[in-house]
Amino acid sequence: MRVMAQIAMVMNLDKCIGCHTCSVTCKQTWTNRSGVEYAWFNNVETKPGVGYPRRYEDQEQWKGGWMLDRRGRLVLRSGGRVRRLLSLFSNPDLPSLEDYYEPVTYDYDNLVSAPAGPDMPVARPRSVLTGKPTSITWGANWEDGLGGAPENAGGDPNLGGDWAEKVRFEFEQTFLFHLPRLCEHCLNPACVSACPSGAMYKRVEDGIVLVDQDRCRGWRMCVTACPYKKVYVNHATGKAEKCTFCFPRIEAGQPTVCSETCVGRLRYLGLLLYDADRVGEAASTPDEKDLLDAQRGVFLDPRDPEVIAAARASGIPEDWLEAARRSPVYDLVMRYRVALPLHPEYRTLPMVWYVPPLSPVLDAVDAAGGNQDDPDHVFAAVTRLRIPLEYLAELFTAGDADVVGGVLMKLTALRSYMRERTLGEAGDEAALRAVGLTPGEAEDLHRLLAVAKYADRYVVPAAHKEDAAALTAMENRCPVESSGDPQPSDGRRVMLGIPTLRRAPASPEGDPA
Amino acid sequence: MSAAPVPLAAASGAELLLWVAVPYVCLAVFAVGHVWRYRQDQFGWTSRTSQLLEHRWLRWGSPLFHLGAFMVIAGHVVGLAVPASWTEAVGVDEHTYHLTAVWAGSVAGVAMVAGLGMLCARRLLTRRVRLGTDRSDKVLFPLLSATVVLGIAATAAHNVFGAGYDYRSTVSVWFRGLFALQPQPEAIAGAPLLFQLHALTACLLFAAWPFTRLVHVWSAPVGYLARPYLVYRSRSGAAVPAPGGGVPRPRSGGHGSGGRRSGGRTGSRA
Repeated sequence: MRVMAQIAMVMNLDKCIGCHTCSVTCKQTWTNRSGVEYAWFNNVETKPGVGYPRRYEDQEQWKGGWMLDRRGRLVLRSGGRVRRLLSLFSNPDLPSLEDYYEPVTYDYDNLVSAPAGPDMPVARPRSVLTGKPTSITWGANWEDGLGGAPENAGGDPNLGGDWAEKVRFEFEQTFLFHLPRLCEHCLNPACVSACPSGAMYKRVEDGIVLVDQDRCRGWRMCVTACPYKKVYVNHATGKAEKCTFCFPRIEAGQPTVCSETCVGRLRYLGLLLYDADRVGEAASTPDEKDLLDAQRGVFLDPRDPEVIAAARASGIPEDWLEAARRSPVYDLVMRYRVALPLHPEYRTLPMVWYVPPLSPVLDAVDAAGGNQDDPDHVFAAVTRLRIPLEYLAELFTAGDADVVGGVLMKLTALRSYMRERTLGEAGDEAALRAVGLTPGEAEDLHRLLAVAKYADRYVVPAAHKEDAAALTAMENRCPVESSGDPQPSDGRRVMLGIPTLRRAPASPEGDPA
Repeated sequence: MSAAPVPLAAASGAELLLWVAVPYVCLAVFAVGHVWRYRQDQFGWTSRTSQLLEHRWLRWGSPLFHLGAFMVIAGHVVGLAVPASWTEAVGVDEHTYHLTAVWAGSVAGVAMVAGLGMLCARRLLTRRVRLGTDRSDKVLFPLLSATVVLGIAATAAHNVFGAGYDYRSTVSVWFRGLFALQPQPEAIAGAPLLFQLHALTACLLFAAWPFTRLVHVWSAPVGYLARPYLVYRSRSGAAVPAPGGGVPRPRSGGHGSGGRRSGGRTGSRA
């Protein structure tokens, strides 16, 4: 067992109102620069819909993620190492800018500088890339609230089954929900594995996947390999960029910008401990529908004494172990099992999970003339109304509708129980028992999902001060770092007498102070 | 140098300037420039891909150019660095060499010219790409085009359609003399004008190399074939060996990711 810690996220989709505040604050923080005008490290999609970039979930076309070859070995869908090097000159599976959208700005200046005339001056759109007037024909959230869905949403790659026809034909009774997406910071990242220069890496301490800007050579294989298309080419610098999980904030113990500014308070951040030795095995699980359980099997119980001992041996500090025990992500993913990964069939073992939305089912209950406050009606809908259920299953469980149904039942039971309790009634514990919850657990889960206090949603342990000091010294590349200070004999350099990273294996380092 | 004082003394001032001073200055700039750029500008060290902005021309132009360039470079190594006596010693006579060089060289040259033509065309004609062209590209593309066109013109004029010109006894001798530190400017002084111009633009190209996107040549990621798929690093920037049960790796052998830490500083320098 090799214990590693990962900062992971869960989003409660029922609470997402599609306001895009997360996307906008993320953009203002990270991608408001030339070269990445088109890139959204965080975006919010309307589902059903083709997504951003268009049809990114169609891996037959974009070749993202992993697959099993005929002998059951885990291989990148975009091909082997040699094939990747041969496609350096022209990557056949790279989305073009048209698959994202042409970024525009507006002639704002015209609003104030236009000569006096009979008409109001207007600000016309101009392409940021060519400077020419252009018409806006697509965007990162073009289909917001099912806008244009009759034309476009049929292209949603998740609408693959025979039930999909019904979704298209009965659009008056359709459903929608919002899906905020960012880098999944996968346990088995395909982008890292495809990077020819080794510029992409997963951080050992917190699992954040980053691009080393100094080592990226612009080979753009990561963009193809990421099945979520969450690595972007900066066309001004010629280098790859991606969601950083706001690592400077995380290191300071603060939530990411998208989480901090989430109006619906639907995001959760917390630690998960996992066994790095079992990642490859879990990703190679033969049946796609078993991947969810396989990934849960990689996560470790932070209260298990064996795990704690192994975590200590791996150098995970005590306050991080404490944070792992208080992690809301662990509760939602492992204890209550209401969170599910996005597209587990990509085999990257993603680490941003989702509590599936009950709203499509409730809408369907309403449409069928039922009462959405009556759990029996909702239970019946969950078992009978296959359309939203199968669709959610395509997204979150590799097509296993029973698992999604189980989660929705749990949410329904919780909803009706807590509704009765709030109205001063006793609450129907039979419904709770049917979904495997005790009254105490229901109160707990309700507090986490519905009350959702800031301190309960975000349990982010800060990086250690002694780490941070060493980091700062290296970040600024202090010019006197090699001023002839005595160096430890094992070759590790100590910057300016600042302690070496405490996280290094507990070998006796020379104390530089 | 002292081994060949006589030829140098016999050369005219212009010959000394063109065929000794210019090449050495260019090579010095090439070497020092690379050291400087590698130490100072890792962030700028990239192929500067523009595939995102335009992919239809690139789809054909880039592979044609690069594969053609590989063959052309291989041809130059054989033609310039290997003396005729060596190839004859392994049983390749002049006629066979000439025939192979002309045929393979023509194929490679045509591929490279066609590819470069398409890459230049998209750079000029696609507005997005043109606006993304920086100063170094404005030097590199004309210089590279001139070198390639002069080279293929020299081959075509003298060896494909002409009577045949044995550059191995003139240009190659001069070329090897530079690296043997026994410059022989008179060897190339009598070569046809096209060969001379080709050699001079090539020298300038080498001088410009470290300051352009051509540096990506030295980052050809052959190490990727042997490293484990997953790369872990600690916050301090040190590489961490992949866990045992990780994703398949082709061979043993760690991924030496020494390097300074600069993890994911996506926003800091643009």
